[in-house]
Amino acid sequence: MAAEGSGIDPMHQFLVEPMLGRHLVFHGYDISFTNSALFMVITAAVLWIFMLGGMQRKLVPGRWQAAVEGMTGFVSNMMDSSIGPKGKAFTPYVFSLFMFILFANLIGLFPMGIVPGWHPFTVTSHITVTAVLAFVSFGIVLLVGFAKHGFHFFSLFIPHGTPKVMIPLIFLIELASFMVRPFSLGLRLFVAMTAGHILLDVFASFVVQGINAGGGLGPLVSVLSFIMIIGISALELLVAAIQAYVFALLTSLYLNDAINLH
Amino acid sequence: MDLASAKVIGAGLAAIGVGMAALGVGNVFGSFLEGALRNPSAADGQQGRLFIGFAAAELLGLIAFVIAILILFVI
Repeated sequence: MAAEGSGIDPMHQFLVEPMLGRHLVFHGYDISFTNSALFMVITAAVLWIFMLGGMQRKLVPGRWQAAVEGMTGFVSNMMDSSIGPKGKAFTPYVFSLFMFILFANLIGLFPMGIVPGWHPFTVTSHITVTAVLAFVSFGIVLLVGFAKHGFHFFSLFIPHGTPKVMIPLIFLIELASFMVRPFSLGLRLFVAMTAGHILLDVFASFVVQGINAGGGLGPLVSVLSFIMIIGISALELLVAAIQAYVFALLTSLYLNDAINLH
Repeated sequence: MDLASAKVIGAGLAAIGVGMAALGVGNVFGSFLEGALRNPSAADGQQGRLFIGFAAAELLGLIAFVIAILILFVI
Protein backbone atom coordinates (compact mmCIF):
# COMPACT_ATOMS: atom_id res chain seq x y z
CA MET A 1 0.00 0.00 0.00
CA ALA A 2 0.97 3.62 -0.09
CA ALA A 3 2.67 3.87 3.26
CA GLU A 4 5.18 1.08 2.63
CA GLY A 5 8.78 2.12 3.10
CA SER A 6 9.64 5.65 4.05
CA GLY A 7 8.39 7.49 0.96
CA ILE A 8 4.79 8.54 0.51
CA ASP A 9 3.22 7.43 -2.76
CA PRO A 10 -0.23 9.03 -2.77
CA MET A 11 -0.75 8.33 -6.47
CA HIS A 12 -0.68 4.55 -6.09
CA GLN A 13 -4.35 4.44 -5.10
CA PHE A 14 -5.38 5.75 -8.51
CA LEU A 15 -3.66 2.95 -10.43
CA VAL A 16 -5.98 1.16 -12.83
CA GLU A 17 -5.01 -2.50 -12.90
CA PRO A 18 -6.65 -5.70 -14.18
CA MET A 19 -8.60 -7.58 -11.55
CA LEU A 20 -7.20 -11.06 -12.18
CA GLY A 21 -3.60 -9.94 -12.42
CA ARG A 22 -3.11 -10.38 -16.14
CA HIS A 23 -3.93 -8.20 -19.10
CA LEU A 24 -6.39 -9.31 -21.72
CA VAL A 25 -5.24 -7.90 -25.02
CA PHE A 26 -7.53 -7.98 -28.03
CA HIS A 27 -6.18 -6.69 -31.36
CA GLY A 28 -3.74 -4.42 -29.59
CA TYR A 29 -6.31 -3.01 -27.16
CA ASP A 30 -6.24 -3.82 -23.47
CA ILE A 31 -9.78 -4.95 -22.66
CA SER A 32 -9.10 -6.61 -19.30
CA PHE A 33 -11.65 -6.16 -16.50
CA THR A 34 -10.02 -3.53 -14.30
CA ASN A 35 -10.67 -2.37 -10.76
CA SER A 36 -12.16 0.78 -12.29
CA ALA A 37 -14.68 -1.32 -14.21
CA LEU A 38 -15.39 -3.40 -11.10
CA PHE A 39 -16.21 -0.32 -9.05
CA MET A 40 -18.42 1.06 -11.80
CA VAL A 41 -20.32 -2.24 -11.75
CA ILE A 42 -20.54 -2.07 -7.94
CA THR A 43 -21.81 1.52 -8.15
CA ALA A 44 -24.43 0.57 -10.71
CA ALA A 45 -25.47 -2.49 -8.67
CA VAL A 46 -25.81 -0.50 -5.42
CA LEU A 47 -27.75 2.19 -7.26
CA TRP A 48 -30.00 -0.45 -8.81
CA ILE A 49 -30.69 -2.08 -5.43
CA PHE A 50 -31.33 1.30 -3.83
CA MET A 51 -33.82 2.32 -6.50
CA LEU A 52 -35.54 -1.07 -6.76
CA GLY A 53 -36.02 -1.32 -3.01
CA GLY A 54 -37.62 2.10 -2.86
CA MET A 55 -39.84 2.08 -5.93
CA GLN A 56 -43.05 1.06 -4.25
CA ARG A 57 -46.34 2.82 -4.60
CA LYS A 58 -47.32 2.93 -0.95
CA LEU A 59 -49.47 5.89 0.00
CA VAL A 60 -47.59 6.25 3.27
CA PRO A 61 -43.93 5.69 2.33
CA GLY A 62 -41.66 3.56 4.47
CA ARG A 63 -38.11 4.63 5.26
CA TRP A 64 -36.60 3.24 2.07
CA GLN A 65 -39.27 4.67 -0.19
CA ALA A 66 -38.98 8.02 1.58
CA ALA A 67 -35.22 8.03 0.90
CA VAL A 68 -35.71 7.34 -2.80
CA GLU A 69 -38.53 9.85 -3.05
CA GLY A 70 -36.36 12.43 -1.34
CA MET A 71 -33.71 11.95 -4.04
CA THR A 72 -36.14 12.04 -6.97
CA GLY A 73 -37.95 15.01 -5.48
CA PHE A 74 -34.67 16.84 -4.98
CA VAL A 75 -33.59 16.40 -8.59
CA SER A 76 -36.99 17.14 -10.11
CA ASN A 77 -37.23 20.29 -7.97
CA MET A 78 -33.82 21.36 -9.23
CA MET A 79 -34.84 20.74 -12.85
CA ASP A 80 -38.07 22.62 -12.30
CA SER A 81 -36.40 25.68 -10.84
CA SER A 82 -33.59 25.86 -13.39
CA ILE A 83 -35.38 24.87 -16.61
CA GLY A 84 -39.11 25.05 -15.97
CA PRO A 85 -41.83 22.71 -17.23
CA LYS A 86 -39.88 21.82 -20.39
CA GLY A 87 -37.17 20.28 -18.22
CA LYS A 88 -39.38 17.33 -17.29
CA ALA A 89 -38.08 15.30 -20.25
CA PHE A 90 -34.47 15.54 -19.06
CA THR A 91 -35.09 14.74 -15.41
CA PRO A 92 -34.29 11.00 -15.83
CA TYR A 93 -30.93 11.76 -17.40
CA VAL A 94 -29.88 14.30 -14.78
CA PHE A 95 -31.16 12.04 -12.03
CA SER A 96 -29.06 9.07 -13.23
CA LEU A 97 -26.06 11.36 -13.61
CA PHE A 98 -26.48 12.76 -10.10
CA MET A 99 -27.04 9.38 -8.46
CA PHE A 100 -24.19 7.67 -10.31
CA ILE A 101 -21.68 10.37 -9.38
CA LEU A 102 -22.94 10.53 -5.79
CA PHE A 103 -22.75 6.76 -5.31
CA ALA A 104 -19.37 6.49 -7.05
CA ASN A 105 -17.96 9.25 -4.81
CA LEU A 106 -19.37 7.71 -1.65
CA ILE A 107 -18.26 4.16 -2.50
CA GLY A 108 -14.79 5.54 -3.18
CA LEU A 109 -14.71 6.82 0.41
CA PHE A 110 -15.85 3.47 1.83
CA PRO A 111 -13.28 2.26 4.41
CA MET A 112 -12.41 -0.93 2.57
CA GLY A 113 -8.76 -0.56 3.55
CA ILE A 114 -9.41 -2.28 6.90
CA VAL A 115 -9.35 -5.56 4.96
CA PRO A 116 -5.64 -6.07 4.18
CA GLY A 117 -4.82 -5.92 0.51
CA TRP A 118 -8.05 -4.25 -0.48
CA HIS A 119 -8.55 -0.64 -1.27
CA PRO A 120 -11.54 1.19 -2.65
CA PHE A 121 -11.25 2.79 -6.04
CA THR A 122 -12.94 6.08 -6.77
CA VAL A 123 -14.29 5.87 -10.29
CA THR A 124 -14.76 9.63 -10.49
CA SER A 125 -11.11 10.33 -9.64
CA HIS A 126 -10.19 9.59 -13.25
CA ILE A 127 -10.65 12.22 -15.91
CA THR A 128 -11.42 9.50 -18.46
CA VAL A 129 -14.65 8.79 -16.57
CA THR A 130 -15.66 12.33 -15.64
CA ALA A 131 -14.80 13.67 -19.10
CA VAL A 132 -17.06 11.07 -20.70
CA LEU A 133 -19.89 12.08 -18.37
CA ALA A 134 -19.24 15.76 -19.16
CA PHE A 135 -19.09 15.13 -22.92
CA VAL A 136 -22.36 13.19 -22.80
CA SER A 137 -23.97 16.18 -21.06
CA PHE A 138 -22.43 18.59 -23.55
CA GLY A 139 -23.49 16.39 -26.48
CA ILE A 140 -27.08 16.35 -25.25
CA VAL A 141 -26.98 20.15 -24.92
CA LEU A 142 -25.73 20.49 -28.50
CA LEU A 143 -28.23 17.97 -29.89
CA VAL A 144 -31.19 19.55 -28.08
CA GLY A 145 -30.07 23.06 -28.98
CA PHE A 146 -29.68 22.40 -32.69
CA ALA A 147 -32.75 20.16 -32.92
CA LYS A 148 -34.99 22.71 -31.18
CA HIS A 149 -33.68 25.97 -32.62
CA GLY A 150 -31.60 25.06 -35.67
CA PHE A 151 -28.98 27.67 -36.50
CA HIS A 152 -30.88 30.11 -34.31
CA PHE A 153 -29.03 28.33 -31.49
CA PHE A 154 -26.04 30.56 -32.24
CA SER A 155 -27.99 33.53 -30.87
CA LEU A 156 -27.08 32.02 -27.48
CA PHE A 157 -23.67 33.62 -27.95
CA ILE A 158 -25.04 37.15 -28.39
CA PRO A 159 -26.75 38.47 -25.26
CA HIS A 160 -29.76 40.75 -25.71
CA GLY A 161 -28.95 44.41 -26.12
CA THR A 162 -25.36 43.96 -27.26
CA PRO A 163 -24.24 47.03 -29.26
CA LYS A 164 -23.65 46.25 -32.95
CA VAL A 165 -19.95 47.09 -32.76
CA MET A 166 -19.36 44.65 -29.94
CA ILE A 167 -21.09 41.65 -31.52
CA PRO A 168 -18.03 39.94 -33.08
CA LEU A 169 -15.98 40.26 -29.89
CA ILE A 170 -18.82 39.16 -27.59
CA PHE A 171 -19.58 36.24 -29.93
CA LEU A 172 -16.00 34.99 -29.70
CA ILE A 173 -15.86 35.35 -25.93
CA GLU A 174 -19.21 33.61 -25.42
CA LEU A 175 -18.21 30.86 -27.85
CA ALA A 176 -14.99 30.25 -25.93
CA SER A 177 -16.82 30.15 -22.61
CA PHE A 178 -19.35 27.74 -24.13
CA MET A 179 -16.74 25.41 -25.61
CA VAL A 180 -14.76 25.23 -22.37
CA ARG A 181 -17.81 23.99 -20.41
CA PRO A 182 -17.32 20.23 -20.84
CA PHE A 183 -13.69 20.51 -19.77
CA SER A 184 -14.42 22.56 -16.67
CA LEU A 185 -17.33 20.25 -15.82
CA GLY A 186 -15.23 17.10 -16.01
CA LEU A 187 -12.12 18.67 -14.52
CA ARG A 188 -13.92 19.97 -11.44
CA LEU A 189 -15.25 16.58 -10.36
CA PHE A 190 -12.01 14.76 -11.20
CA VAL A 191 -9.74 17.18 -9.36
CA ALA A 192 -11.98 17.53 -6.32
CA MET A 193 -12.06 13.76 -5.81
CA THR A 194 -8.35 13.27 -6.60
CA ALA A 195 -7.25 16.06 -4.26
CA GLY A 196 -9.36 14.73 -1.39
CA HIS A 197 -8.02 11.20 -1.76
CA ILE A 198 -4.42 12.40 -1.96
CA LEU A 199 -4.97 14.42 1.21
CA LEU A 200 -6.44 11.41 3.03
CA ASP A 201 -3.59 9.19 1.85
CA VAL A 202 -0.91 11.66 2.92
CA PHE A 203 -2.35 12.00 6.42
CA ALA A 204 -2.79 8.21 6.68
CA SER A 205 0.90 7.86 5.81
CA PHE A 206 1.75 10.35 8.55
CA VAL A 207 -0.03 8.13 11.09
CA VAL A 208 1.97 5.06 10.08
CA GLN A 209 5.27 6.92 9.83
CA GLY A 210 4.72 8.61 13.17
CA ILE A 211 4.25 5.25 14.89
CA ASN A 212 7.30 3.83 13.12
CA ALA A 213 9.44 6.82 14.04
CA GLY A 214 8.86 6.28 17.76
CA GLY A 215 10.28 8.69 20.32
CA GLY A 216 8.11 11.31 21.94
CA LEU A 217 7.20 13.30 18.87
CA GLY A 218 6.22 10.42 16.54
CA PRO A 219 3.09 9.22 18.37
CA LEU A 220 2.02 12.85 18.87
CA VAL A 221 2.14 13.41 15.12
CA SER A 222 0.21 10.15 14.64
CA VAL A 223 -2.58 11.16 17.00
CA LEU A 224 -2.87 14.65 15.51
CA SER A 225 -2.90 13.22 11.97
CA PHE A 226 -5.56 10.70 12.94
CA ILE A 227 -7.80 13.45 14.32
CA MET A 228 -7.16 15.34 11.10
CA ILE A 229 -8.22 12.28 9.05
CA ILE A 230 -11.54 12.15 10.86
CA GLY A 231 -12.17 15.80 10.04
CA ILE A 232 -11.08 15.44 6.42
CA SER A 233 -13.25 12.34 5.99
CA ALA A 234 -16.29 14.33 7.11
CA LEU A 235 -15.29 17.11 4.72
CA GLU A 236 -14.86 14.60 1.90
CA LEU A 237 -18.37 13.21 2.48
CA LEU A 238 -19.63 16.79 2.09
CA VAL A 239 -17.49 17.34 -1.02
CA ALA A 240 -18.73 14.06 -2.54
CA ALA A 241 -22.33 15.25 -2.22
CA ILE A 242 -21.58 18.85 -3.28
CA GLN A 243 -19.65 17.79 -6.39
CA ALA A 244 -22.44 15.45 -7.49
CA TYR A 245 -24.94 18.26 -6.91
CA VAL A 246 -22.80 20.81 -8.76
CA PHE A 247 -22.37 18.47 -11.73
CA ALA A 248 -26.12 17.89 -11.95
CA LEU A 249 -26.90 21.59 -11.38
CA LEU A 250 -24.52 22.79 -14.08
CA THR A 251 -25.84 20.17 -16.50
CA SER A 252 -29.35 21.42 -15.87
CA LEU A 253 -28.25 25.04 -16.39
CA TYR A 254 -26.55 24.16 -19.68
CA LEU A 255 -29.69 22.29 -20.74
CA ASN A 256 -31.67 25.41 -19.83
CA ASP A 257 -29.50 27.42 -22.23
CA ALA A 258 -30.21 24.91 -24.98
CA ILE A 259 -33.95 24.66 -24.35
CA ASN A 260 -34.91 28.24 -23.52
CA LEU A 261 -32.14 30.29 -25.23
CA HIS A 262 -31.77 32.97 -22.53
CA MET B 1 19.35 25.82 -9.68
CA ASP B 2 18.71 22.36 -11.10
CA LEU B 3 15.41 21.27 -12.61
CA ALA B 4 14.28 19.14 -9.67
CA SER B 5 14.42 21.95 -7.13
CA ALA B 6 12.87 24.40 -9.61
CA LYS B 7 9.99 21.96 -10.05
CA VAL B 8 9.35 21.72 -6.33
CA ILE B 9 9.46 25.50 -5.94
CA GLY B 10 7.07 25.89 -8.88
CA ALA B 11 4.62 23.41 -7.39
CA GLY B 12 4.76 25.27 -4.10
CA LEU B 13 4.04 28.56 -5.87
CA ALA B 14 1.11 26.93 -7.66
CA ALA B 15 -0.28 25.95 -4.26
CA ILE B 16 -0.77 29.66 -3.49
CA GLY B 17 -3.61 29.58 -6.01
CA VAL B 18 -5.40 26.94 -3.95
CA GLY B 19 -5.27 29.27 -0.95
CA MET B 20 -6.66 32.09 -3.09
CA ALA B 21 -9.57 29.84 -4.03
CA ALA B 22 -10.18 29.32 -0.32
CA LEU B 23 -10.61 33.10 -0.03
CA GLY B 24 -13.02 33.04 -2.95
CA VAL B 25 -15.13 30.17 -1.63
CA GLY B 26 -15.22 31.76 1.81
CA ASN B 27 -16.34 35.00 0.24
CA VAL B 28 -19.14 33.24 -1.66
CA PHE B 29 -20.54 31.51 1.42
CA GLY B 30 -19.93 34.51 3.67
CA SER B 31 -21.80 36.88 1.40
CA PHE B 32 -24.60 34.37 1.02
CA LEU B 33 -25.00 34.06 4.79
CA GLU B 34 -24.86 37.83 5.16
CA GLY B 35 -27.72 38.20 2.74
CA ALA B 36 -29.59 35.15 3.99
CA LEU B 37 -29.65 36.36 7.57
CA ARG B 38 -31.12 39.67 6.49
CA ASN B 39 -33.88 38.01 4.50
CA PRO B 40 -34.15 34.33 5.45
CA SER B 41 -37.34 33.81 3.47
CA ALA B 42 -35.54 34.53 0.19
CA ALA B 43 -32.50 32.38 1.04
CA ASP B 44 -33.85 29.01 -0.08
CA GLY B 45 -34.57 30.26 -3.57
CA GLN B 46 -30.96 31.36 -4.03
CA GLN B 47 -29.31 28.09 -3.10
CA GLY B 48 -28.75 27.14 -6.73
CA ARG B 49 -26.95 30.41 -7.39
CA LEU B 50 -24.92 29.88 -4.21
CA PHE B 51 -23.59 26.61 -5.55
CA ILE B 52 -22.94 28.03 -9.00
CA GLY B 53 -20.79 30.71 -7.38
CA PHE B 54 -19.14 28.11 -5.23
CA ALA B 55 -18.38 25.94 -8.26
CA ALA B 56 -16.94 28.82 -10.23
CA ALA B 57 -14.71 29.96 -7.36
CA GLU B 58 -13.60 26.45 -6.54
CA LEU B 59 -12.73 25.56 -10.13
CA LEU B 60 -9.93 28.13 -10.23
CA GLY B 61 -8.34 26.66 -7.12
CA LEU B 62 -8.66 23.17 -8.55
CA ILE B 63 -6.95 24.34 -11.73
CA ALA B 64 -4.07 25.65 -9.59
CA PHE B 65 -3.89 22.19 -8.03
CA VAL B 66 -3.82 20.57 -11.47
CA ILE B 67 -0.96 22.86 -12.46
CA ALA B 68 0.96 21.83 -9.34
CA ILE B 69 0.38 18.14 -10.16
CA LEU B 70 1.43 18.71 -13.78
CA ILE B 71 4.62 20.44 -12.67
CA LEU B 72 5.47 17.68 -10.21
CA PHE B 73 4.59 14.55 -12.16
CA VAL B 74 4.37 15.33 -15.87
CA ILE B 75 7.04 17.85 -16.79
